[in-house]
Amino acid sequence: MDAILALLENNDIFNPTTLAHYWDGLVNTVQLVFLSLVLGLVLAVPLAIMRTSKKPWINWPVWCFTYVFRGTPLLIQLYMIYYGVTLIDGIQESVFWVIFERAFYPCLIAFTLNTAAYTTEIFRGAIEATPRGEIEAAKAYGMSAAKRMRRIVLPSAFRRAIPAYSNEVVFMLHSSAIASTVTIIDLTGAARDIYARFYAPFQAYIFAALIYLCLTFTIFYIFKQLEKRMLGHLRPR
Amino acid sequence: MLDLHGYGPSIFNGAILTIQLAFLSLLIAVLLGLLGASGKLSSKRPLRWLSTLYTTLIRGVPDLVLMMLIYFGGQIGINAVTDWLYNTSDGAIDIFFQVNPFVAGVATIGFIFGAYMSETFRGAFMAVENGQIEAGKAYGMTGWQVFNRIMFPQMMRHALPGLGNNWQVLLKTTALVSVIGLADMVNLATEAAKTVREPFIFFVPVALVYLALTTVSEWVFRQLKRRYSVGVMEG
Repeated sequence: MDAILALLENNDIFNPTTLAHYWDGLVNTVQLVFLSLVLGLVLAVPLAIMRTSKKPWINWPVWCFTYVFRGTPLLIQLYMIYYGVTLIDGIQESVFWVIFERAFYPCLIAFTLNTAAYTTEIFRGAIEATPRGEIEAAKAYGMSAAKRMRRIVLPSAFRRAIPAYSNEVVFMLHSSAIASTVTIIDLTGAARDIYARFYAPFQAYIFAALIYLCLTFTIFYIFKQLEKRMLGHLRPR
Repeated sequence: MLDLHGYGPSIFNGAILTIQLAFLSLLIAVLLGLLGASGKLSSKRPLRWLSTLYTTLIRGVPDLVLMMLIYFGGQIGINAVTDWLYNTSDGAIDIFFQVNPFVAGVATIGFIFGAYMSETFRGAFMAVENGQIEAGKAYGMTGWQVFNRIMFPQMMRHALPGLGNNWQVLLKTTALVSVIGLADMVNLATEAAKTVREPFIFFVPVALVYLALTTVSEWVFRQLKRRYSVGVMEG
């Protein structure tokens, strides 16, 4: 503890004020990523079920959505929503301005839609990989399509989707750095502020990079534990 | 018709720049990826250790942070080196390098995706049977010949799906260079959108160009897959 305090006193950049700034950035990053992942997941489940439908008028709109959102950079999607909404004539006088005044909500919307598109395709793959025999058995038991989906297909599809989904979570964490381009002070934004204040790019950005690295490893660790629990039956023995 | 308020040609130039950027960084990424994969599979411990450090660190940090680090930090690092040269040579060596955003962009994106490519190539190299390499050596081929004639053509088949994925992500990552001030199509569209206050008419065409690029890439990779799978039965 003394060593840490001594270190804090002996350098110009990492003092309590800048560390607090980094902390605020970290809170913003985690908040943004966590909320968009949860919302994206909620959107992705029904979309994935629609995407596996054989009826083109159900399948096709969802395909269009995932195609567009996976085929264009998140930065463009963010700019479209952020600038697109804030530059609409009269929006600043309307009731919606409370929501869009801060960059947080446009950013959250862009991130949510983007992760929903990727997650939909991950779930679609997992649903389509359901062994045929399981579905036939469920049909033989007289289960309706909805019950089959709820009891047989989705539980096993979720498990199969875990490895791919863990990659998507880390990807989202890394993509969230672009929130700093629309005035949000996330971890990258904090690093940029401190770089601008002290003109010390190495210290400012490497410190942020180390925090991102810790977050990434934490996510991988959590998913590894989850995989061990949920996919234990598939482990080679 | 679409009215781009006279910004059309400059955004078109931005698109060309995006494509150049993507191809040059792909080239660097593939070279670094081959090096990284050979390092990971090497029998020398320091090499293994170094390439594992490279892939782990790079894949754990956001692209934008690395780009800022290399772009802003790179200039200071180069200045330090040139200052040192100037001082130690008593002013005989007086050089000045300005880190240009294009070079920084290509270097950064290539460096980042080199780490992803290393993982792809490592898996693909491991998928080539050992007997093939032994057979090559038994024919008296040199190490390079074994790589060029036996490993590489067979490895590519296994690497293509991963390579295609990485390329798609790389293509979209190029949009980030607009943040460090490089005049790619995203940067130009943002400037135009702010000036004219019409965001959609500029961002929609840019998004469509990206969509076209990813669609064409997908088609090309399907063709390549067919080319490299010649003689392989698929069940």
